[in-house]
Amino acid sequence: MSFFVFAWHWLAMSSHWHGSNGIPARFIEHVEYTALAMAIASAIALPAGVAIGHAGRGGLAVVSLANIWRSLPTLGLLVLAFIRTGGAPWAWLIPLVALAIPPILVTSYEGVLGVDPDLKDAAAGMGMTPWQVLSRVEVPVALPLILLGLRTATIQVVATATIAAYISLGGFGRYIIDGLASNDYGLVAGGAVCVVLLALICQFAFTGLSRLIVPAGLRQQARQS
Amino acid sequence: MSWALSNASMLGHLTGQNAYLALVPVLIGLLISLPLGIVSARWGWLYPPVLTVTSVLYALPALALFVVLIDYTGLTDTTVMIPLVIYSLAVLFPSVVDGLRSVPEPVRQAAVAMGFGTWRRLATVELPIATPIVIAGLRIACVSSISLVSVGQLIGTGGLGYLFIDGEQRDFPTEIVVGIVLIVALALVTDTVLVLARRWLTPWQRGAAATATTRRATVRAELRVRPGPGGI
Repeated sequence: MSFFVFAWHWLAMSSHWHGSNGIPARFIEHVEYTALAMAIASAIALPAGVAIGHAGRGGLAVVSLANIWRSLPTLGLLVLAFIRTGGAPWAWLIPLVALAIPPILVTSYEGVLGVDPDLKDAAAGMGMTPWQVLSRVEVPVALPLILLGLRTATIQVVATATIAAYISLGGFGRYIIDGLASNDYGLVAGGAVCVVLLALICQFAFTGLSRLIVPAGLRQQARQS
Repeated sequence: MSWALSNASMLGHLTGQNAYLALVPVLIGLLISLPLGIVSARWGWLYPPVLTVTSVLYALPALALFVVLIDYTGLTDTTVMIPLVIYSLAVLFPSVVDGLRSVPEPVRQAAVAMGFGTWRRLATVELPIATPIVIAGLRIACVSSISLVSVGQLIGTGGLGYLFIDGEQRDFPTEIVVGIVLIVALALVTDTVLVLARRWLTPWQRGAAATATTRRATVRAELRVRPGPGGI
Protein backbone atom coordinates (compact mmCIF):
# COMPACT_ATOMS: atom_id res chain seq x y z
CA MET A 1 0.00 0.00 0.00
CA SER A 2 3.00 2.27 0.35
CA PHE A 3 2.60 3.05 -3.35
CA PHE A 4 -0.65 4.90 -2.72
CA VAL A 5 0.70 6.58 0.43
CA PHE A 6 3.65 7.91 -1.59
CA ALA A 7 1.38 8.98 -4.42
CA TRP A 8 -1.05 10.70 -2.07
CA HIS A 9 1.65 12.68 -0.26
CA TRP A 10 3.10 13.74 -3.57
CA LEU A 11 -0.25 14.75 -5.06
CA ALA A 12 -1.26 16.64 -1.92
CA MET A 13 1.74 18.99 -2.04
CA SER A 14 0.59 22.35 -3.37
CA SER A 15 3.95 23.10 -5.00
CA HIS A 16 3.26 20.27 -7.46
CA TRP A 17 0.28 22.14 -8.86
CA HIS A 18 2.09 25.21 -10.26
CA GLY A 19 4.65 26.11 -12.87
CA SER A 20 6.04 24.42 -15.95
CA ASN A 21 6.71 21.14 -14.07
CA GLY A 22 3.35 21.33 -12.26
CA ILE A 23 0.56 18.80 -12.79
CA PRO A 24 -1.67 21.13 -14.90
CA ALA A 25 1.18 21.91 -17.35
CA ARG A 26 2.20 18.24 -17.63
CA PHE A 27 -1.47 17.30 -18.05
CA ILE A 28 -1.82 19.62 -21.06
CA GLU A 29 1.39 18.26 -22.64
CA HIS A 30 0.24 14.68 -22.10
CA VAL A 31 -3.16 15.39 -23.66
CA GLU A 32 -1.45 17.12 -26.62
CA TYR A 33 0.78 14.10 -27.31
CA THR A 34 -2.20 11.75 -27.07
CA ALA A 35 -4.44 13.88 -29.29
CA LEU A 36 -1.84 14.32 -32.03
CA ALA A 37 -0.92 10.62 -32.11
CA MET A 38 -4.60 9.62 -32.18
CA ALA A 39 -5.39 12.09 -34.97
CA ILE A 40 -2.63 10.70 -37.21
CA ALA A 41 -3.40 7.05 -36.37
CA SER A 42 -7.12 7.59 -37.05
CA ALA A 43 -6.40 9.29 -40.36
CA ILE A 44 -4.50 6.16 -41.44
CA ALA A 45 -6.42 3.31 -39.82
CA LEU A 46 -10.06 4.46 -40.02
CA PRO A 47 -10.29 4.79 -43.84
CA ALA A 48 -8.27 1.59 -44.29
CA GLY A 49 -10.45 -0.42 -41.89
CA VAL A 50 -13.70 0.92 -43.35
CA ALA A 51 -12.53 0.23 -46.91
CA ILE A 52 -11.45 -3.36 -46.16
CA GLY A 53 -14.66 -4.03 -44.21
CA HIS A 54 -16.72 -2.59 -47.08
CA ALA A 55 -14.90 -4.82 -49.58
CA GLY A 56 -15.47 -7.76 -47.21
CA ARG A 57 -12.18 -9.46 -48.02
CA GLY A 58 -8.87 -10.07 -46.34
CA GLY A 59 -10.35 -10.29 -42.86
CA LEU A 60 -7.99 -12.85 -41.41
CA ALA A 61 -5.03 -11.01 -42.94
CA VAL A 62 -6.09 -7.78 -41.21
CA VAL A 63 -6.51 -9.45 -37.82
CA SER A 64 -3.24 -11.42 -38.11
CA LEU A 65 -1.33 -8.36 -39.26
CA ALA A 66 -2.77 -6.29 -36.41
CA ASN A 67 -1.75 -8.97 -33.93
CA ILE A 68 1.85 -9.15 -35.16
CA TRP A 69 1.95 -5.35 -35.47
CA ARG A 70 1.32 -5.25 -31.73
CA SER A 71 4.69 -6.91 -31.14
CA LEU A 72 6.58 -3.85 -32.45
CA PRO A 73 8.42 -2.77 -29.28
CA THR A 74 7.61 0.81 -28.31
CA LEU A 75 11.02 1.45 -26.78
CA GLY A 76 12.83 0.12 -29.87
CA LEU A 77 10.75 2.22 -32.25
CA LEU A 78 11.35 5.29 -30.09
CA VAL A 79 15.15 5.05 -29.94
CA LEU A 80 15.32 4.10 -33.62
CA ALA A 81 13.14 7.05 -34.64
CA PHE A 82 15.18 9.32 -32.39
CA ILE A 83 18.53 8.28 -33.90
CA ARG A 84 17.32 8.13 -37.49
CA THR A 85 15.76 11.62 -37.39
CA GLY A 86 18.88 13.02 -35.79
CA GLY A 87 17.12 13.66 -32.48
CA ALA A 88 13.94 15.24 -33.84
CA PRO A 89 11.63 16.43 -31.04
CA TRP A 90 8.67 14.65 -32.67
CA ALA A 91 10.31 11.19 -32.63
CA TRP A 92 7.84 10.07 -29.91
CA LEU A 93 5.01 10.31 -32.46
CA ILE A 94 6.16 7.25 -34.43
CA PRO A 95 5.82 4.59 -31.67
CA LEU A 96 2.55 6.11 -30.41
CA VAL A 97 0.97 6.13 -33.88
CA ALA A 98 2.18 2.55 -34.41
CA LEU A 99 0.59 1.56 -31.10
CA ALA A 100 -2.80 3.13 -31.89
CA ILE A 101 -3.24 1.68 -35.38
CA PRO A 102 -4.18 -2.00 -34.63
CA PRO A 103 -7.24 -1.45 -32.41
CA ILE A 104 -8.65 1.25 -34.71
CA LEU A 105 -8.05 -0.82 -37.83
CA VAL A 106 -9.50 -4.05 -36.44
CA THR A 107 -12.65 -2.51 -35.00
CA SER A 108 -13.50 -0.29 -37.97
CA TYR A 109 -13.02 -3.32 -40.22
CA GLU A 110 -15.12 -5.61 -38.05
CA GLY A 111 -17.80 -2.94 -37.52
CA VAL A 112 -18.36 -2.27 -41.21
CA LEU A 113 -18.13 -5.96 -42.10
CA GLY A 114 -20.79 -6.81 -39.52
CA VAL A 115 -23.46 -4.51 -41.02
CA ASP A 116 -26.58 -6.52 -41.88
CA PRO A 117 -26.59 -7.13 -45.69
CA ASP A 118 -30.38 -6.55 -45.71
CA LEU A 119 -29.78 -3.00 -44.49
CA LYS A 120 -27.37 -2.35 -47.34
CA ASP A 121 -29.78 -3.85 -49.87
CA ALA A 122 -32.61 -1.71 -48.52
CA ALA A 123 -30.45 1.42 -48.73
CA ALA A 124 -29.45 0.62 -52.31
CA GLY A 125 -33.11 -0.12 -53.12
CA MET A 126 -34.06 3.33 -51.85
CA GLY A 127 -31.80 4.76 -54.54
CA MET A 128 -28.69 5.54 -52.50
CA THR A 129 -25.40 5.58 -54.38
CA PRO A 130 -22.69 3.19 -53.09
CA TRP A 131 -20.99 6.17 -51.46
CA GLN A 132 -24.22 7.14 -49.68
CA VAL A 133 -24.74 3.56 -48.50
CA LEU A 134 -21.25 3.65 -46.99
CA SER A 135 -21.48 7.07 -45.37
CA ARG A 136 -25.14 7.05 -44.27
CA VAL A 137 -25.70 3.39 -43.42
CA GLU A 138 -22.56 1.31 -42.96
CA VAL A 139 -20.43 3.79 -41.02
CA PRO A 140 -23.22 4.95 -38.65
CA VAL A 141 -24.22 1.34 -37.92
CA ALA A 142 -20.56 0.47 -37.27
CA LEU A 143 -20.07 3.57 -35.09
CA PRO A 144 -20.45 1.93 -31.64
CA LEU A 145 -17.71 -0.60 -32.42
CA ILE A 146 -15.49 2.05 -34.06
CA LEU A 147 -15.80 4.22 -30.94
CA LEU A 148 -14.82 1.27 -28.74
CA GLY A 149 -11.71 0.80 -30.85
CA LEU A 150 -10.84 4.50 -30.63
CA ARG A 151 -11.32 4.36 -26.88
CA THR A 152 -9.02 1.34 -26.49
CA ALA A 153 -6.39 3.04 -28.65
CA THR A 154 -6.65 6.33 -26.75
CA ILE A 155 -6.18 4.67 -23.38
CA GLN A 156 -3.19 2.69 -24.64
CA VAL A 157 -1.65 5.87 -26.02
CA VAL A 158 -2.27 7.74 -22.74
CA ALA A 159 -0.50 4.99 -20.79
CA THR A 160 2.39 4.91 -23.26
CA ALA A 161 2.81 8.66 -23.98
CA THR A 162 5.06 8.59 -20.90
CA ILE A 163 7.85 7.60 -23.33
CA ALA A 164 8.05 11.17 -24.65
CA ALA A 165 9.90 11.98 -21.43
CA TYR A 166 12.58 9.42 -22.30
CA ILE A 167 13.72 11.70 -25.13
CA SER A 168 13.65 14.76 -22.85
CA LEU A 169 10.12 15.95 -23.54
CA GLY A 170 7.26 16.58 -21.11
CA GLY A 171 3.99 14.95 -20.12
CA PHE A 172 3.38 12.85 -17.03
CA GLY A 173 6.27 10.59 -18.08
CA ARG A 174 8.59 13.36 -16.88
CA TYR A 175 7.69 12.45 -13.30
CA ILE A 176 8.23 8.73 -13.83
CA ILE A 177 11.57 9.05 -15.67
CA ASP A 178 12.90 11.74 -13.29
CA GLY A 179 11.70 9.78 -10.27
CA LEU A 180 13.48 6.68 -11.58
CA ALA A 181 16.70 8.64 -12.13
CA SER A 182 16.65 10.14 -8.64
CA ASN A 183 15.16 7.16 -6.74
CA ASP A 184 12.19 9.32 -5.76
CA TYR A 185 9.30 6.87 -5.33
CA GLY A 186 6.82 9.61 -4.49
CA LEU A 187 7.46 11.18 -7.87
CA VAL A 188 7.12 7.85 -9.73
CA ALA A 189 3.96 6.87 -7.86
CA GLY A 190 2.41 10.32 -8.33
CA GLY A 191 3.16 10.23 -12.06
CA ALA A 192 1.66 6.75 -12.39
CA VAL A 193 -1.51 7.82 -10.59
CA CYS A 194 -1.82 10.86 -12.90
CA VAL A 195 -1.58 8.54 -15.94
CA VAL A 196 -4.23 6.18 -14.57
CA LEU A 197 -6.56 9.08 -13.77
CA LEU A 198 -6.16 10.51 -17.27
CA ALA A 199 -6.91 7.03 -18.69
CA LEU A 200 -10.10 6.90 -16.62
CA ILE A 201 -11.09 10.42 -17.78
CA CYS A 202 -10.68 9.29 -21.41
CA GLN A 203 -12.83 6.24 -20.73
CA PHE A 204 -15.65 8.43 -19.39
CA ALA A 205 -15.20 10.95 -22.21
CA PHE A 206 -15.74 8.20 -24.78
CA THR A 207 -18.83 6.93 -22.98
CA GLY A 208 -20.22 10.48 -23.18
CA LEU A 209 -19.17 10.86 -26.81
CA SER A 210 -20.96 7.66 -27.81
CA ARG A 211 -24.16 8.99 -26.19
CA LEU A 212 -23.81 12.13 -28.31
CA ILE A 213 -22.96 10.77 -31.75
CA VAL A 214 -24.32 7.22 -31.98
CA PRO A 215 -27.73 7.44 -33.72
CA ALA A 216 -30.65 7.11 -31.30
CA GLY A 217 -32.11 4.09 -33.10
CA LEU A 218 -28.90 2.12 -32.67
CA ARG A 219 -28.67 2.93 -29.00
CA GLN A 220 -32.20 1.68 -28.46
CA GLN A 221 -31.36 -1.51 -30.32
CA ALA A 222 -28.29 -2.04 -28.15
CA ARG A 223 -30.36 -1.63 -25.00
CA GLN A 224 -32.91 -4.19 -26.11
CA SER A 225 -30.39 -6.87 -27.11
CA MET B 1 23.79 -8.09 -41.30
CA SER B 2 27.47 -8.80 -40.68
CA TRP B 3 27.08 -7.28 -37.23
CA ALA B 4 24.22 -9.67 -36.50
CA LEU B 5 26.24 -12.66 -37.69
CA SER B 6 29.34 -11.81 -35.68
CA ASN B 7 27.19 -11.39 -32.57
CA ALA B 8 24.96 -14.40 -33.18
CA SER B 9 25.64 -16.09 -29.83
CA MET B 10 24.79 -12.94 -27.88
CA LEU B 11 21.63 -12.44 -29.96
CA GLY B 12 20.61 -16.05 -29.34
CA HIS B 13 21.10 -15.62 -25.62
CA LEU B 14 19.07 -12.38 -25.54
CA THR B 15 16.27 -13.92 -27.62
CA GLY B 16 16.07 -16.87 -25.24
CA GLN B 17 16.01 -14.54 -22.25
CA ASN B 18 13.30 -12.44 -23.92
CA ALA B 19 11.17 -15.52 -24.57
CA TYR B 20 11.60 -16.76 -21.00
CA LEU B 21 10.82 -13.36 -19.42
CA ALA B 22 7.73 -12.94 -21.62
CA LEU B 23 6.16 -16.39 -21.72
CA VAL B 24 6.51 -17.57 -18.11
CA PRO B 25 4.35 -14.61 -16.93
CA VAL B 26 1.70 -15.45 -19.54
CA LEU B 27 1.65 -19.04 -18.29
CA ILE B 28 1.27 -17.87 -14.69
CA GLY B 29 -1.43 -15.43 -15.82
CA LEU B 30 -3.28 -18.31 -17.50
CA LEU B 31 -2.98 -20.50 -14.40
CA ILE B 32 -4.55 -17.71 -12.31
CA SER B 33 -7.17 -16.77 -14.93
CA LEU B 34 -8.58 -20.27 -15.37
CA PRO B 35 -9.89 -20.78 -11.81
CA LEU B 36 -10.77 -17.09 -11.50
CA GLY B 37 -12.65 -17.18 -14.81
CA ILE B 38 -14.43 -20.44 -14.02
CA VAL B 39 -15.62 -19.04 -10.70
CA SER B 40 -16.69 -15.72 -12.29
CA ALA B 41 -18.55 -17.44 -15.12
CA ARG B 42 -20.46 -19.51 -12.57
CA TRP B 43 -21.28 -16.70 -10.16
CA GLY B 44 -21.88 -13.81 -12.54
CA TRP B 45 -21.96 -11.09 -9.88
CA LEU B 46 -18.23 -11.65 -9.26
CA TYR B 47 -17.30 -10.70 -12.81
CA PRO B 48 -17.73 -6.86 -12.86
CA PRO B 49 -15.72 -6.16 -9.67
CA VAL B 50 -12.86 -8.51 -10.65
CA LEU B 51 -12.82 -7.02 -14.16
CA THR B 52 -12.60 -3.50 -12.74
CA VAL B 53 -9.62 -4.44 -10.58
CA THR B 54 -7.72 -6.14 -13.42
CA SER B 55 -8.50 -3.23 -15.79
CA VAL B 56 -7.23 -0.55 -13.40
CA LEU B 57 -4.04 -2.54 -12.78
CA TYR B 58 -3.59 -2.70 -16.54
CA ALA B 59 -3.45 1.10 -16.89
CA LEU B 60 -0.45 1.36 -14.56
CA PRO B 61 2.65 2.24 -16.61
CA ALA B 62 5.02 -0.75 -16.58
CA LEU B 63 8.02 1.39 -15.70
CA ALA B 64 6.27 2.76 -12.61
CA LEU B 65 5.43 -0.81 -11.53
CA PHE B 66 9.06 -1.86 -12.00
CA VAL B 67 10.30 0.99 -9.84
CA VAL B 68 7.83 0.24 -7.05
CA LEU B 69 8.62 -3.49 -7.16
CA ILE B 70 12.38 -2.94 -6.94
CA ASP B 71 11.78 -2.15 -3.28
CA TYR B 72 10.49 -5.66 -2.68
CA THR B 73 12.10 -7.94 -5.25
CA GLY B 74 15.25 -6.02 -6.19
CA LEU B 75 16.79 -5.80 -9.67
CA THR B 76 15.80 -9.35 -10.61
CA ASP B 77 13.83 -11.21 -13.25
CA THR B 78 10.89 -11.32 -10.84
CA THR B 79 10.57 -7.52 -10.92
CA VAL B 80 10.20 -7.57 -14.70
CA MET B 81 7.86 -10.56 -14.68
CA ILE B 82 5.29 -9.42 -12.09
CA PRO B 83 3.90 -6.54 -14.22
CA LEU B 84 3.72 -8.93 -17.18
CA VAL B 85 1.72 -11.41 -15.08
CA ILE B 86 -0.69 -8.57 -14.25
CA TYR B 87 -1.07 -7.54 -17.90
CA SER B 88 -1.57 -11.17 -19.00
CA LEU B 89 -4.18 -11.62 -16.31
CA ALA B 90 -6.05 -8.54 -17.51
CA VAL B 91 -6.22 -9.98 -21.06
CA LEU B 92 -6.80 -13.65 -20.20
CA PHE B 93 -9.34 -13.41 -17.40
CA PRO B 94 -12.08 -11.81 -19.59
CA SER B 95 -11.23 -14.26 -22.38
CA VAL B 96 -11.81 -17.26 -20.11
CA VAL B 97 -15.14 -15.84 -18.90
CA ASP B 98 -16.11 -14.94 -22.47
CA GLY B 99 -15.20 -18.44 -23.68
CA LEU B 100 -17.18 -20.20 -20.96
CA ARG B 101 -20.18 -17.96 -21.61
CA SER B 102 -20.05 -18.89 -25.30
CA VAL B 103 -21.11 -22.47 -24.46
CA PRO B 104 -24.66 -22.76 -25.84
CA GLU B 105 -27.26 -23.41 -23.15
CA PRO B 106 -28.73 -26.50 -24.96
CA VAL B 107 -25.24 -28.06 -25.03
CA ARG B 108 -24.84 -27.49 -21.32
CA GLN B 109 -28.29 -28.93 -20.62
CA ALA B 110 -27.59 -31.95 -22.82
CA ALA B 111 -24.45 -32.67 -20.79
CA VAL B 112 -26.44 -32.40 -17.57
CA ALA B 113 -29.13 -34.72 -18.98
CA MET B 114 -26.45 -37.26 -19.90
CA GLY B 115 -25.50 -37.34 -16.24
CA PHE B 116 -22.28 -35.30 -16.39
CA GLY B 117 -21.28 -33.85 -13.02
CA THR B 118 -20.01 -30.29 -12.64
CA TRP B 119 -16.31 -31.16 -13.03
CA ARG B 120 -16.71 -33.62 -15.87
CA ARG B 121 -18.92 -31.15 -17.74
CA LEU B 122 -16.32 -28.44 -17.22
CA ALA B 123 -13.40 -30.58 -18.36
CA THR B 124 -14.99 -32.41 -21.30
CA VAL B 125 -17.60 -29.96 -22.61
CA GLU B 126 -17.27 -26.37 -21.43
CA LEU B 127 -13.48 -25.86 -21.51
CA PRO B 128 -13.05 -27.44 -24.98
CA ILE B 129 -15.77 -25.16 -26.38
CA ALA B 130 -14.10 -22.16 -24.70
CA THR B 131 -10.67 -23.07 -26.13
CA PRO B 132 -10.70 -20.97 -29.36
CA ILE B 133 -11.68 -17.83 -27.44
CA VAL B 134 -9.10 -18.44 -24.71
CA ILE B 135 -6.42 -18.97 -27.36
CA ALA B 136 -7.40 -15.70 -29.08
CA GLY B 137 -6.71 -14.03 -25.72
CA LEU B 138 -3.45 -15.97 -25.31
CA ARG B 139 -2.24 -14.72 -28.69
CA ILE B 140 -2.72 -11.11 -27.65
CA ALA B 141 -1.18 -11.73 -24.22
CA CYS B 142 1.92 -13.50 -25.64
CA VAL B 143 2.60 -10.96 -28.37
CA SER B 144 2.15 -7.97 -26.03
CA SER B 145 4.31 -9.62 -23.38
CA ILE B 146 7.16 -10.38 -25.81
CA SER B 147 7.15 -6.75 -26.90
CA LEU B 148 6.86 -5.29 -23.38
CA VAL B 149 9.83 -7.19 -21.93
CA SER B 150 12.18 -4.71 -23.63
CA VAL B 151 10.99 -1.93 -21.31
CA GLY B 152 12.56 -3.90 -18.46
CA GLN B 153 15.93 -2.87 -19.87
CA LEU B 154 15.44 0.52 -18.21
CA ILE B 155 15.99 -1.28 -14.91
CA GLY B 156 18.65 -3.58 -16.35
CA THR B 157 16.79 -6.77 -17.37
CA GLY B 158 15.02 -6.59 -20.68
CA GLY B 159 15.97 -9.42 -23.02
CA LEU B 160 16.32 -7.94 -26.49
CA GLY B 161 15.64 -4.48 -25.03
CA TYR B 162 19.38 -4.46 -24.26
CA LEU B 163 20.01 -3.83 -27.95
CA PHE B 164 17.78 -0.71 -27.89
CA ILE B 165 19.53 1.02 -25.00
CA ASP B 166 22.98 -0.11 -26.14
CA GLY B 167 22.26 0.95 -29.72
CA GLU B 168 21.03 4.33 -28.56
CA GLN B 169 24.10 4.96 -26.42
CA ARG B 170 26.43 3.93 -29.26
CA ASP B 171 24.33 5.76 -31.87
CA PHE B 172 24.18 2.50 -33.86
CA PRO B 173 20.79 2.03 -35.60
CA THR B 174 21.62 -1.45 -36.97
CA GLU B 175 21.61 -2.89 -33.47
CA ILE B 176 18.17 -1.39 -32.77
CA VAL B 177 16.75 -2.69 -36.07
CA VAL B 178 18.08 -6.19 -35.31
CA GLY B 179 16.40 -6.02 -31.89
CA ILE B 180 13.05 -5.02 -33.39
CA VAL B 181 13.28 -7.73 -36.09
CA LEU B 182 14.10 -10.42 -33.52
CA ILE B 183 11.21 -9.39 -31.27
CA VAL B 184 8.76 -9.46 -34.18
CA ALA B 185 10.17 -12.84 -35.29
CA LEU B 186 9.82 -14.26 -31.78
CA ALA B 187 6.22 -12.99 -31.67
CA LEU B 188 5.50 -14.54 -35.08
CA VAL B 189 6.84 -17.94 -34.03
CA THR B 190 4.87 -17.89 -30.76
CA ASP B 191 1.73 -16.79 -32.57
CA THR B 192 2.09 -19.58 -35.14
CA VAL B 193 2.53 -22.18 -32.39
CA LEU B 194 -0.68 -20.94 -30.75
CA VAL B 195 -2.61 -21.09 -34.03
CA LEU B 196 -1.39 -24.67 -34.57
CA ALA B 197 -2.32 -25.54 -30.98
CA ARG B 198 -5.83 -24.24 -31.60
CA ARG B 199 -6.18 -26.39 -34.72
CA TRP B 200 -4.95 -29.42 -32.85
CA LEU B 201 -7.13 -28.83 -29.78
CA THR B 202 -10.32 -27.96 -31.66
CA PRO B 203 -10.35 -30.26 -34.68
CA TRP B 204 -14.10 -29.67 -35.16
CA GLN B 205 -13.43 -26.05 -36.12
CA ARG B 206 -12.27 -25.83 -39.70
CA GLY B 207 -12.31 -23.42 -42.62
CA ALA B 208 -14.55 -20.37 -42.70
CA ALA B 209 -16.22 -21.09 -39.35
CA ALA B 210 -12.86 -21.25 -37.56
CA THR B 211 -11.76 -18.04 -39.28
CA ALA B 212 -14.90 -16.23 -38.18
CA THR B 213 -14.63 -17.47 -34.56
CA THR B 214 -10.98 -16.43 -34.36
CA ARG B 215 -11.66 -13.02 -35.87
CA ARG B 216 -14.56 -12.26 -33.58
CA ALA B 217 -12.76 -13.56 -30.49
CA THR B 218 -9.73 -11.42 -31.35
CA VAL B 219 -11.84 -8.30 -31.74
CA ARG B 220 -13.58 -8.99 -28.45
CA ALA B 221 -10.30 -9.66 -26.66
CA GLU B 222 -8.90 -6.48 -28.18
CA LEU B 223 -11.80 -4.40 -26.90
CA ARG B 224 -11.84 -6.03 -23.49
CA VAL B 225 -8.34 -4.77 -22.96
CA ARG B 226 -9.65 -1.49 -21.73
CA PRO B 227 -6.82 0.55 -20.31
CA GLY B 228 -3.69 0.03 -22.33
CA PRO B 229 -0.35 -1.50 -21.52
CA GLY B 230 1.96 1.16 -20.16
CA GLY B 231 4.59 0.94 -22.88
CA ILE B 232 6.98 2.56 -20.49
